[in-house]
Amino acid sequence: MVLNMGPQHPSTHGVLRLVLKLDGERVKAVECVIGYLHRGVEKIGENRTYIQFAPYVDRMDYISAVSNGLGYCLAVEGLIGVEAPPRAQIVRVIFAELNRIASHLLWLGTSALDLGAMTALFYCLREREEVLKIFENYCGARLTTHAFRIGGLQYELHDTFEAETRAFSEMFKKRLDEYDQLLTNNPIWIERLKGVGVLTADECKSWGVSGPMIRAAGLAWDLRKAQPYSGYDQFDFDIPTRQGADSYDRYLVRIDEMRQSLRIIDQAIEKIPTGAIMAKVPKVLKPAPGEVYVSIEAPKGELGYYIVSDGSLHPYRLRVRPPSFINLASLEKMAVGALVADVVAIIGTIDIVLGEVDR
Amino acid sequence: MLETIKRIFLLDLLQGLWVTFKMQRTSNITTEQYPKELPKIGERYRGAPRLNINPDNGETLCIGCDLCAKACPENLIVVGTHRNKETRRLDLTYFTYDLSRCMFCGLCEDACPVDALELTQDFEMASYTREGLIWDRQMLEEGPRPTKYTR
Repeated sequence: MVLNMGPQHPSTHGVLRLVLKLDGERVKAVECVIGYLHRGVEKIGENRTYIQFAPYVDRMDYISAVSNGLGYCLAVEGLIGVEAPPRAQIVRVIFAELNRIASHLLWLGTSALDLGAMTALFYCLREREEVLKIFENYCGARLTTHAFRIGGLQYELHDTFEAETRAFSEMFKKRLDEYDQLLTNNPIWIERLKGVGVLTADECKSWGVSGPMIRAAGLAWDLRKAQPYSGYDQFDFDIPTRQGADSYDRYLVRIDEMRQSLRIIDQAIEKIPTGAIMAKVPKVLKPAPGEVYVSIEAPKGELGYYIVSDGSLHPYRLRVRPPSFINLASLEKMAVGALVADVVAIIGTIDIVLGEVDR
Repeated sequence: MLETIKRIFLLDLLQGLWVTFKMQRTSNITTEQYPKELPKIGERYRGAPRLNINPDNGETLCIGCDLCAKACPENLIVVGTHRNKETRRLDLTYFTYDLSRCMFCGLCEDACPVDALELTQDFEMASYTREGLIWDRQMLEEGPRPTKYTR
């Protein structure tokens, strides 16, 4: 039987359409149909100046707009040979980590909801709200933040930032333990996730999978450690890994990652240096002809920007390497042979955002 | 033994209910009562645009430099100016701002050299028509006036 799952299916997190070929309850073949949210972001980039394109990257992975902005700013900074001042770098790290927490929280809430655990959604959105409030107070927007500019930051930290972030970090440590109590040993949760969607380390490598998925397969691959950017090498944190390579381990890795993010935030907030927040960047950006590829560790995996400049005001080519698109490709490998209900769990733990898959 | 006592006195049930009642505390309620109470919005919130007026003489602060229109990624700002022969300055004749295409990125606000264009904390910008979202100079100076509905 051929079954259409989506594009309006609630557990496909947006407008993903899956054509499932079924034999009873077993999945025989999966075909992903994407493109329902295609807006041509890369083409838009060729028609905008470098500064003007910055707000558009927020709209790709709208759950973690700050990370997208960070990646883009780092890429253009690499192209024009400018480095953000130390204060800006540390502030960027704090916001990127807060964003990682917000992204993982939304993931945890929605994928728990897919599997029938409704309380987790309310808890997670409540905590995410606190993070979004910090974003709103800092830069004036909650989701599509446009928080960073090329060469540093536009806004100075607001007065209550330190107090808000400390209060959040204090509160969130306790709340994470609450999630642990709620889900980690929950028999239904374990039953639905354990052994579901196994993707071994070798398979992860050959499919180009990155982020929490590859770490759940036992590979300690994290770009924050492997090629530190924006001053991540100053911080002391671990890369959480698991050996099981299944959905349950991806959940555990993400929970641990939130703990590590809190560690980074706590360290960073202690040592925000004073000084300028914006490097000297010309008002009209005209990078010399050349190309640059910069990748960062976004909450969902490796997010890369490849920009080719021909010396004019606009990028000649702008290519984004989105983590969710490449992680989604491995769905076929994991879902064939699984039950229909497991497909929901597998999509959930890949953690896709369709805005980024389609661009 | 412990299990039996737990079962007789319904300890697990009480523990669960305790969590339920803890959530009833007013400090734990996060629901906002919009529109009865307006939510507290960040000071830097990027909402409805406004053209600022000089409070001393009631004239617009805008100098018609067109920088906001150039900075806008969506090209939605149109500034019309006219060269005043006496003062040799640019007088603002019209200013339109197409909110239906605006993504509130704040680049126009950053570009303004005299802080005339500003994104304010107003967020009630809904309109019944598409044309209603294209704001002219008067609308930008006076701000949105949402109808107050009462029962």
